[in-house]
Amino acid sequence: MLERAHILVCGGTGCTSGNSKLIAEEFTRLLTENGLQNEVKLIMTGCFGLCAKGPIVVVYPEGAFYQHVKVENVAEIVSEHILKGRVVARLTNVEKDDDGANKSINETAFYKKQKRVVLRNCGIINPEDIDEYLAYDGYKAYEKAVTAMTQQEVIDCVKASGLRGRGGGGFSTGLKWQFARDSVADQKYVVCNADEGDPGAFMDRSLLEGDPHCVIEAMMIAGYAIGATKGYIYVRAEYPIAVERLNIAIAQARDYGILGDNAMGLGHAFDIELRLGAGAFVCGEETALLRSTEGKRGEPKQRPPFPAVKGLFEKPTLINNVETYGNITQIILNGPEWFAAMGTEKSKGTKVFALGGKIKNTGLVEIPMGTTLRTIIEEIGEGIPNGKRFKAAQTGGPSGGCIPAAYIDTKIDYDNLIALGSMMGSGGLIVMDEDNCMVDIAKFFLEFTVDESCGKCTPCRIGNKRLYEMLDKVTKGEATLEDLDKMEELCRYIKENSLCGLGQTAPNPVLSTLKYFRDEYVAHVRDRKCPAGVCKALISYKIIEDKCIGCGLCKRGCPVGAISGEIKKPHVIDPSKCIKCDACFAACKKNAISK
Amino acid sequence: MKTLQELQEIRDRMKSRVANRETADESDVRIVVGMATCGIAAGARPVLAAIGDEIESRKLTNVKVSQTGCIGICAYEPIVEVYVPNREKVTYVHMTPEKVGAVIARHIVNGSPVTEYTYSYAVANRGGNA
Repeated sequence: MLERAHILVCGGTGCTSGNSKLIAEEFTRLLTENGLQNEVKLIMTGCFGLCAKGPIVVVYPEGAFYQHVKVENVAEIVSEHILKGRVVARLTNVEKDDDGANKSINETAFYKKQKRVVLRNCGIINPEDIDEYLAYDGYKAYEKAVTAMTQQEVIDCVKASGLRGRGGGGFSTGLKWQFARDSVADQKYVVCNADEGDPGAFMDRSLLEGDPHCVIEAMMIAGYAIGATKGYIYVRAEYPIAVERLNIAIAQARDYGILGDNAMGLGHAFDIELRLGAGAFVCGEETALLRSTEGKRGEPKQRPPFPAVKGLFEKPTLINNVETYGNITQIILNGPEWFAAMGTEKSKGTKVFALGGKIKNTGLVEIPMGTTLRTIIEEIGEGIPNGKRFKAAQTGGPSGGCIPAAYIDTKIDYDNLIALGSMMGSGGLIVMDEDNCMVDIAKFFLEFTVDESCGKCTPCRIGNKRLYEMLDKVTKGEATLEDLDKMEELCRYIKENSLCGLGQTAPNPVLSTLKYFRDEYVAHVRDRKCPAGVCKALISYKIIEDKCIGCGLCKRGCPVGAISGEIKKPHVIDPSKCIKCDACFAACKKNAISK
Repeated sequence: MKTLQELQEIRDRMKSRVANRETADESDVRIVVGMATCGIAAGARPVLAAIGDEIESRKLTNVKVSQTGCIGICAYEPIVEVYVPNREKVTYVHMTPEKVGAVIARHIVNGSPVTEYTYSYAVANRGGNA
């Protein structure tokens, strides 16, 4: 029978860590207790995107969007909303329209400017049920490709759409498919790069968790187009939910005969296997990924030959990123013109960003290419918390750079970001405010790449290490102005001479902060000061006598007993004991502590 | 192994089952069932189920069913309200699963409300069955 209500509980990683599994269990228990199990359906979905407000529960047909749901709230939602039909307004989104009524989900600031192509099914379907994927035109694109299009027509369609690789490089997807098709061999492979390693990026994870079948279907289409019968998805072992759902999806697709020797009875063989990555960032680089898939040490090798000519097991291999595949079925079904109508002249379609850092609505957003940074930060993200000022946004993770506040009206696309010295990357977007020290940010990212360098080539292995040491000197106030010039020179050397993308892009965070925030570097070097008050070696905590009311909050918060003073009299910090942990600064309500 | 036709059958069957995950837009017909304690006690639940079944079997995709709380005329429960775009709302009272078929067929599909089940009819003939 038709259920009268559907309760969608977010099962993405963010909400799962907020106990959404327990919430779902509580719903099941209470629905059964009230005899509603046959008329109300409970579904665990993928990510809704608004992770900052999780755990999220959406109840249809009203589309009530419950936020920050706790297990204790479930009883009230069942008894009020499900039994009596009264939405528990207290727990839903607080945005009101002009009439004072709650806005529907799609009208809220977070969703209004988004355009969901890749994430269309995330938070709508149950990713563990192939039938729900089928309900949203699942596996129709493969059927169309194989029955109504030649292999070359499929590739021409992808080319005409203007789709570019979403893993960061931005190479034309259609051309890549063409190269793989033109290579002649007895066996070819289709590989999905799901080794998402950038700090703060979780686009691919959310798509695999929320809609695994759309990636499988796209790989089947790619297999048909280039003449491959075998696919591999290389996914991080640290994504247990994504791995589990992929395994379920592959098993269900095999069960329906969608994957197999005669896929969907259309005469082509295709099957997919998973390969789990062991957590090395360099394995996101395609040649290293293919090595690792073969069971060897994950180290990059020189290109050319490119994987399309000589890839996995020395055979022609098509390798695309998860989000790139996420676009394919819609391009086949709706046509390349539909896709090319979105975006800018050279960057078509949409891009998914993982919005993080100093922003109110952290989460997953999908926007048409060409949307300005301002729209993402001020409208979708609803701005910076605590009334702080926007300073810069970092895109492209450790391979990218920062975009300073002056360029907030830049239209986001591949070429504009490169022109600013950053890059699209896979889609991490970290927002920084006035409390972030840009030297410290550069150091953070470089420390990451130094850790993750595979060590095969000297410029990356030693160059980045030396660069890191120079940055460390800057943050300690021990560098000279000449060091800054030396750093720039070293950056350029590393970029030009490293073997793979990891080394070639590793200096980008340093170069772009040196370009836009050189004054901050100079302050560290010449004035021995960290303007944002982050670099510990350059700050000292002091209590401003006139402002201190002697409440004792700082004294109680200090973990090392460095603060002394009597109640209602100004307190004092002993600098020899102070470990600069910032606890007193955070505790003081009178802004009486300076650093 | 599922044939292409079997896959299409699954798509069609599932489509109606996931249809209520879209919030109603302005061109949709909305059917709202009073599901407060008074409504449920009077038998609103089988009425709601019957509406769902009827919509599914007739494959009506532009109709959204939802529920609401107490409308305030508890003596007339179970109450079903029908909102057709650009028309005045019609309120049906004392609904039963048996009456649902007629409401869907005559009102939703053919556009003429079933007058004898409406609130205004019940009030005008209060001596009778109200």
